Amino acid sequence: MTTKDVVAELRDGMTIGIGGWGARRKPMTLVRALARSSLKDLTIVSYGGPDVGMLCATGKVRKLIFGFVSLDLIPLDPHFRAVRQAGAIEIMELDEGMLQWGLKAAMIRLPFLPTRAGLATDVQQLNPGIKTIRSPYGSETLLAMPALELDAALVHVDHADERGNGQILGDDPFFDDLYCGAAKRRYVSCERIVPTAELTTLGCIHTLALNRTLVDAVIEAPLGAHPTMCTPKYGIDLDHLKTYAGATGDGWTTYQQQFVDVDEAQYIEAIGGRAKIESIPPTVF
Amino acid sequence: MADDYTLADLCIVACAEAWRDDGDILASGMGLIPRLAAGLARLTFSPGLLMNDGECRLAAEPIPVGPRAPGYEPQIEGWLPFRRVFELLWSGRRHAMTIPTQIDRFGNINISFIGAADKPKVQLLGVRGIPGNTINHPCSFFVPNHGPRSFVHEVDMVSGCGYDPGRWAPSVRRDFHELRLLVTNLAVLDFQGPDHQVRVRSLHPGVTLDQVREQTSFPLAVVDGVGETPTPTTEQLRIIGEVLDPKNLRASVFKS
Repeated sequence: MTTKDVVAELRDGMTIGIGGWGARRKPMTLVRALARSSLKDLTIVSYGGPDVGMLCATGKVRKLIFGFVSLDLIPLDPHFRAVRQAGAIEIMELDEGMLQWGLKAAMIRLPFLPTRAGLATDVQQLNPGIKTIRSPYGSETLLAMPALELDAALVHVDHADERGNGQILGDDPFFDDLYCGAAKRRYVSCERIVPTAELTTLGCIHTLALNRTLVDAVIEAPLGAHPTMCTPKYGIDLDHLKTYAGATGDGWTTYQQQFVDVDEAQYIEAIGGRAKIESIPPTVF
Repeated sequence: MADDYTLADLCIVACAEAWRDDGDILASGMGLIPRLAAGLARLTFSPGLLMNDGECRLAAEPIPVGPRAPGYEPQIEGWLPFRRVFELLWSGRRHAMTIPTQIDRFGNINISFIGAADKPKVQLLGVRGIPGNTINHPCSFFVPNHGPRSFVHEVDMVSGCGYDPGRWAPSVRRDFHELRLLVTNLAVLDFQGPDHQVRVRSLHPGVTLDQVREQTSFPLAVVDGVGETPTPTTEQLRIIGEVLDPKNLRASVFKS
């Protein structure tokens, strides 16, 4: 499948979950395809990084369900901040663990999962739709984190086969399997599509993070996480993140022309070519 | 006691005390001073502490801050991807020190936004894991800029829960909630005042109680016989300067 095919299957107003974490293994090729599409009024669910900022800057976001938005090496994303400070998007702000629980509940077809996270804070006050529940095994009150059902999930992995088995070589799989499990349609971009027989030669069995029940479509997207990291292949492109974060106000138009409103080959050329990005060492935090 | 120390060194030593007697739990120091403090605690009086590498690995020793020296590879003793972090912190086997933007007299803290929820004046990070941290395991705080804008009457968004009795429904478990230590550029404080309100424990050398009160928007409790914050020992300064922060990144913390 191509990125155009992915966009063609999505609709205005959908709830879309985006895998990865902050500036780590974000499906940015797919995100850029959304950003230059005519899609609108999206609800985005994310441990946010430049995926959120870019979709905010291009006016795609009606509502954001999130625990944070950060570029990791640059603490705050200016594009997300701009829409928030303009009061331009609706939010559902969650504790990071609550977000995980919401995806997990959706994945395993439960209406909610209980937790203490969020109680006694404004996460509870500002989300009146999130209810509490009394434990049936005692008297304790717990927060009932509702299932976060997704229309679509976008994630990026190192390798996948044509059938939809996905391999993550990075040391943290984040919550990509939960995003896929919580979604009706699951789109997995990868650095390289490989024959099934190669998967276990490329990494130990623990790296096979996504099985075919969790995936509908595979899209080959070399450097598909750039400017976020996809270790061990490449680290965070801090220089590019600085360019991205510096592209505020009128500067965004230039950034968008140069890096968003282009096809994938043009993008790789614009960021300096494949060899340059693949030489970025793994990021140290 | 050594004479040749900086405010950053003093704060690192004071913050390290948060993890005394913590045993084999994950010590998470978020931000430079808390991270160095966790490392100091690990290398001195709390050898059982676990440290992570900022990503998903448990490092057997504190990793020096800043760019890694050529050839340096930290010794890894475990794997801790984010999903295991959440399990670990919900199980209580962690003590985190973070840097809140605002804190009130009950220890409610804010790291999310300043202003109104629907249109904040300043959008910050978001609540991150702070709601789950504060209700599940011990938490401590470092405030590098103790002043009326950080020590406020009421935080704009309660991201981490404090001891405010009005915020706790009677049937919510509170026994996993513990705010332990609060270190600032002026003083060391805790939450052992009346009703667990913020209390001054010691004043940094040269700082008066009046100064701390002037910089705080709410009334402060004070421990009986409030003394001076202990200054770093020669050995503590050696560990900080030679082992944990050889590039002296801490020099930038109080530069302004």
